[in-house]
Amino acid sequence: MHSEARRDDGPRAPVWLRVLAYGGLVFLHFPILMVGLYAFNTEESAFSFPLKGLTLRWFRAAAEREDVLAAIQLSLRVALASTAVALVLGTLLAGALYRRRFFGKEALNLLVILPIALPGIITGIALLSAFRLADVSPNFWTIAVGHATFCVVMVYNNVVARLRRMPHSLLEASADLGADGFQTFRHVALPQMATSLLAGGILAFALSFDELIVTTFTAGHEKTLPIWLLDQLGRPRDVPVTNVVALWVMLITAIPILVAWRLTRGTEDVAGSSR
Amino acid sequence: METLPTMALPAPERPRGRLSRAVANVLYRHGTLYLLLLLTPPLLWFGVVYLGSLLSLLVQSFYTFDDFTMGVTSDFTWANYRALLDAANHDIVLRTLGMAAAVTVASAVLGFPVAYYMARYATGWRKGFFYIAVMLPMWASYIVKAYSWTVLLSKGGIVYWLVERLYLLSALEWVLSVPGVGGSSLSTSNLGRFLVFTYVWLPFMILPIQAAIERVPGNLLQAAADLGARPAQSFRTVLLPLAFPGVVAGSIFTFSLTLGDYIIPQLVGPPGLFIGNMVYTMQGSIGNMPMAASFTVVPIVIIGLYLAVARRLGAFDAL
Repeated sequence: MHSEARRDDGPRAPVWLRVLAYGGLVFLHFPILMVGLYAFNTEESAFSFPLKGLTLRWFRAAAEREDVLAAIQLSLRVALASTAVALVLGTLLAGALYRRRFFGKEALNLLVILPIALPGIITGIALLSAFRLADVSPNFWTIAVGHATFCVVMVYNNVVARLRRMPHSLLEASADLGADGFQTFRHVALPQMATSLLAGGILAFALSFDELIVTTFTAGHEKTLPIWLLDQLGRPRDVPVTNVVALWVMLITAIPILVAWRLTRGTEDVAGSSR
Repeated sequence: METLPTMALPAPERPRGRLSRAVANVLYRHGTLYLLLLLTPPLLWFGVVYLGSLLSLLVQSFYTFDDFTMGVTSDFTWANYRALLDAANHDIVLRTLGMAAAVTVASAVLGFPVAYYMARYATGWRKGFFYIAVMLPMWASYIVKAYSWTVLLSKGGIVYWLVERLYLLSALEWVLSVPGVGGSSLSTSNLGRFLVFTYVWLPFMILPIQAAIERVPGNLLQAAADLGARPAQSFRTVLLPLAFPGVVAGSIFTFSLTLGDYIIPQLVGPPGLFIGNMVYTMQGSIGNMPMAASFTVVPIVIIGLYLAVARRLGAFDAL
């Protein structure tokens, strides 16, 4: 009886647990909020707290910096290229792996997560050593190839989860109605997968935009935005601009992530799965 | 006869070419061919680009580096692996492993209550709120997160300000004087480095645990209660064992990410290299790719073993 009543109005957590849980959230957000706050700092060089005053001046200063803009542009281009590759490869893999059983399937599954399960430094230096052997000097494409390799898993995970929830009877019905494989894919499977593709693509994009460790090995003189930031930490001269750029980077990744979350939420009720 | 009501199906396309239908039929009948076509591009990519690179790295770890000419020749040698056993290199591995283990344990301890609350108690908007609140910092830029701590921990920064306000400065100084933990200030101490690592990887621990707890059916806990278990008992004997694969799944991330990182050790903490820094220096400043390669084999082996154990513990189902 007691437990029935509790289930109805939702159990209440003990106070200590609530304190720990919200405390954890504060811990996770406090440093990020502080970076946001420091972007408005009037002082030019200090990290000192409390701040002396707030200003918008540095946003303008950052927007006028050629090197910052170039880094943003490179990061965006790399992210777009690697997302495109990841979308194609991830979808193919999901299509191959979601239902069938075959020899080597487990190994393939592992191979897809390996680039993010192994530390980035391994992927980075391995790619560098291979590029050296092949006599390829670091450029835009070496960065993009590296990024695409670990972005595939984002698309794969999203699409495979969606496909598994999609009832196979939909595809069978389509075939019974006379559609061939391509038509079924285009009119039945693709619409069902669309939001998961978009979400996977967004996650891949965000992952690439932010990647640093693999990039330090595969980029030559090219500077992506994270590399630009890392350089700044080595010689802290433009502290205010660095703070502003840090805030930008947060926003450029946070907003798409929220969109991706909206897209994949509540996909348990994919059309037709309520059979 | 009346026309059938049009159904909410896409309008039939104009009659398609015979070729595409023929191809579709062949693919339908020959499942293996279809599978091969799907798999060829990703297999080529992962096989050639990724495995090929790993293999080339492995091969180069047996190459010879000439200290005198600073050049690499393809003569086979075990010297790089033997050098791993040198005391200095040995220390680097142990230092990195120690940190990875400490960070993993701390993340599990800090992350479990958050995950538990998310999975068991947060309902309605709170559930979404918590999920986003953990996911956003996870996806927030790694370098920005590391940077934020260099700002927080610096002398005159907010952490010192807070500690001072709370009259805990002498306590902090006492902690920093403990050998192995401390350093001259927070940002040059192992404690500071540990804090940053734990902060950066914590969400990677919370989410798998939350997912694992969520999969434990609520009526199991009710049954435990009905059979007379106190909440602490059913937590310990029912929930924890069932949620443990989630902890192991999370630990794969925290452990592996710490093991390979070289940015945070470079930004925060005392001197003393991590595996990642060693690899980076060997490759970048010295040009000794063979030694760098043999160093990367260490985390590969460690993580390989770790993954094998994690698999046994059911962590892969919790991913």
